Amino acid sequence: MAGYASFVNTAVGKKLAAQLGLPRPVRLRRYAVDAPLVDGAVLVGGHGGTPLLDRVRAVLADEAVTAVGEVAEGQRVSAVVADLTAVESPEDLESLRALVGPALRSLAPSGRVVVLGRPPREAATPAQAAARRALEGVTRSIGKELRAGATANLVLVSDGADSGVDSTLRFLLSGRSAYVDAQVVEVTGGEAAAPADWRRPLDGKVAVVTGAARGIGAAIADVLARDGATLVCVDVPAAGEALARTANRVGGTALQLDVTVPDAGERILEHARARHGGLDIVVHNAGITRDRLLANTDEQRWASVVEVNLLSVLRMNEALLADGGLRDGGRVVVVSSMSGIAGNRGQSNYAASKAGLIGLVQALRDDQGLRRRRITVNAVAPGFIETEMTSRIPFATREVGRLMNSLSQGGLPVDVAETIAWLAQDASAGVNGNVVRVCGQSLLGA
Amino acid sequence: MATTSQPTSLPRRAAVIGGNRIPFARANGSYAHASNQDMLTAALEGLVARHGLAGEQVGEVAAGAVLKHSRDFNLTREAVLGSSLSAHTPAYDVQQACGTGLEAAILVANKVALGQVDCGIAGGTDTASDAPIAVSEGLRETLLQLNRAKTSGQRAKALAGLRPSHVVPEIPRNVEPRTGLSMGEHMAQTAKRWGITREAQDELAAASHRNLAAAWESGFFDDLVTPFLGVTRDENLRPDSSVEKLAKLKPVFGRGEGATMTAGNSTPLTDGASVVLLGTDEWAAERGLPVLAHVVDAQTAAVDYVTGDEGLLMAPAYALPRLLERQGMTLQDFDLVEIHEAFASTVLATLAAWEDEEFCRERLGLAKPVGSLDRSRLNVHGSSLAAGHPFAATGGRIVASLSKMLSEKGPGARGLVSVCAAGGQGVMAILEAA
Ligand SMILES: NC(=O)c1ccc[n+]([C@@H]2O[C@H](COP(=O)([O-])OP(=O)(O)OC[C@H]3O[C@@H](n4cnc5c(N)ncnc54)[C@H](O)[C@@H]3O)[C@@H](O)[C@H]2O)c1
Repeated sequence: MAGYASFVNTAVGKKLAAQLGLPRPVRLRRYAVDAPLVDGAVLVGGHGGTPLLDRVRAVLADEAVTAVGEVAEGQRVSAVVADLTAVESPEDLESLRALVGPALRSLAPSGRVVVLGRPPREAATPAQAAARRALEGVTRSIGKELRAGATANLVLVSDGADSGVDSTLRFLLSGRSAYVDAQVVEVTGGEAAAPADWRRPLDGKVAVVTGAARGIGAAIADVLARDGATLVCVDVPAAGEALARTANRVGGTALQLDVTVPDAGERILEHARARHGGLDIVVHNAGITRDRLLANTDEQRWASVVEVNLLSVLRMNEALLADGGLRDGGRVVVVSSMSGIAGNRGQSNYAASKAGLIGLVQALRDDQGLRRRRITVNAVAPGFIETEMTSRIPFATREVGRLMNSLSQGGLPVDVAETIAWLAQDASAGVNGNVVRVCGQSLLGA
Repeated sequence: MATTSQPTSLPRRAAVIGGNRIPFARANGSYAHASNQDMLTAALEGLVARHGLAGEQVGEVAAGAVLKHSRDFNLTREAVLGSSLSAHTPAYDVQQACGTGLEAAILVANKVALGQVDCGIAGGTDTASDAPIAVSEGLRETLLQLNRAKTSGQRAKALAGLRPSHVVPEIPRNVEPRTGLSMGEHMAQTAKRWGITREAQDELAAASHRNLAAAWESGFFDDLVTPFLGVTRDENLRPDSSVEKLAKLKPVFGRGEGATMTAGNSTPLTDGASVVLLGTDEWAAERGLPVLAHVVDAQTAAVDYVTGDEGLLMAPAYALPRLLERQGMTLQDFDLVEIHEAFASTVLATLAAWEDEEFCRERLGLAKPVGSLDRSRLNVHGSSLAAGHPFAATGGRIVASLSKMLSEKGPGARGLVSVCAAGGQGVMAILEAA
């Protein structure tokens, strides 16, 4: 934590913040291989038949976490999982209030609220659609009400996709999702295979990360390698020194390559095939900014950002997603941005490129060829993440950026990386075409 | 291309799998504060990353430096320990003046060929910026005496021997100890002997810059170079160099009318490091690494320059016929030829000697001259005049680049590497595309 966040956690800062009612960011709980899934018992409940709770209990039992049906006086819970998949009408939402409301006071720091529902578009009646959609409003409000690093997220599980929910449940409960707040994740199906070891869910996978020399890309390489993947690290030749550091740290290979060259996709594939026998995971992370007000943006500034952030991804995907490209069960994750969702003054070119990526992900969601090959394509949209890119933002703007979210702090590169690693798992086969923000529930574009 | 069968006695051929170097920097430029160990480690780290060797035990690493601090007595091993290679990787230092890098590659290739290692790394590093400085002989003797003194009286006596002139340090100079002449002055004599013109030298220098610039532009070095300390290209490279600009420079070596050698057609002092990955075809295949070329043969030679019998940098001219005879080849059989540009005139004098009937008969004992070289095959991606010449790093630069060029030409293409060295020596090797 830096700037305001570290000040407010000093003795003086704490007092001042309490008196003035200022936000008090806390150190977020983050994943470690030997850490428990959550720190303490989890309250589970819901409405009606709660068809998903058996799975929830099984996941908790597998991680040696106690599931409780109610919170005893003076007891703390580390998380609340509310199964609202069976709601028929808005009246049923009372079950949510009755379960989650009183429990919020007992929620431990960096606690979790996970609400389970079904997609409104699959509802049988308008009343059911209304009730299902209402869950999103409640969850987002809970996110804003929570303190001390706790988050609230909603998972919409399609009918028949219940078996695909485990990886998402684990992700949202664990410290991996530290900076993912007030998101709606859709689990729509797919054959989700549990890994042999949840601590190495990417064992045997070959992954390529573009822009891996530094910042978020370097963190992605670290996390994918920690989870078991073999890494191909790509960055421009000029960033080769830092790229070599990343590659050697993760025991992978460095490929000095500008992603805008016409045959970048082919060269990545060729490298991965020759060195590692194939390719399973692609993370399109390389990106640049050339900020100016649109009124002052010339053709060159416009073109370079669109070229690096969007056109290169489209071009590489042609090779990577073609038959003989990514192996069956492959994963593509693109790194979009909050700016692509909310827009940002002075970033029209950047926002265009990052919004374009979302369009790309949504278009590929229903691609029959990819569905047959069980390849998923998702986006993560980071909010304010502490990197070299953001450390160059002027102080005041930077502080505002850090604080304008429910967790009152900037995220870390590892938070984006953990989110990508979850999407990359075999067990996340049912998560496709999603755009997951890693923004601590930013007030922008919410 | 050679059509003859190769009467090579080697049991198997070592493969050149890849290479890496840091961009070369002008002395006292961007690497002024980097040591040989820093640069060699950086070159190794880039090689390890490119080939996915982190944590791997390599058969051996052989490398060296020409200008070396006494503290660097175990330079290569120290660089290995500072790298991501397994600490179980043995290493040793090699030193053969400017031939160091190529000689190291030959040593490792020979061990691979003999089955003593299945992979190895060869390289070299040199810094003219962070050069060792020695104390004067008088001060050194005084200090040693002081160290041996047991009583304060003896100490005082030792110190009393100290003279003001003793504290002037000795900075290493690029001179031949036995003649007191700098390498440039030696080369000026040879250039005169062979009538090498200023124009021809400037043309060669301009071509070197033009060719190297084009190679950088085309991305040729994307998988051969890893940036270091923010330097992403060879600092000495002047893409806009031209014969006209070079013609304006004043000669720095030789005297009077016949002086033709300038700072533009001589290599500048340079800092840098390079390494080459060698191994068996099987070792490469197990890791999915492409084999660029094989080391076919190598030859060193030395000349008696002390008595003036031969020019200091002419030894490669003598190494070639021995190689050609052993391989049943002619100079014209090579698809590519890399002659290290110590000076433009070095390359030109060597080529002139091979064309000269009398020299080839009298000196090389050949019935007919070696003949002329198709210049379009010479240093096609530039050489030391443009890239610079960190002494021990030049061999690795050439071996890696030539191997890649040969592999682009296709299987069977053959290339010749020639590096001249101080002390009247020369090192040569033949590579063949895999
Ligand atoms: N930092 C944030 O707050 C933030 C927020 C939202 C989105 N993002 C996105 O996350 C990604 C990573 O951002 P970061 O903060 O780590 O930035 P960064 O500038 O630190 O790293 C980006 C990397 O991409 C590489 N790159 C740029 N152009 C390339 C090209 N043509 N080919 C190959 N590599 C190239 C760069 O060399 C660099 O190493 C970017 O896509 C960025 O838009 C960042």
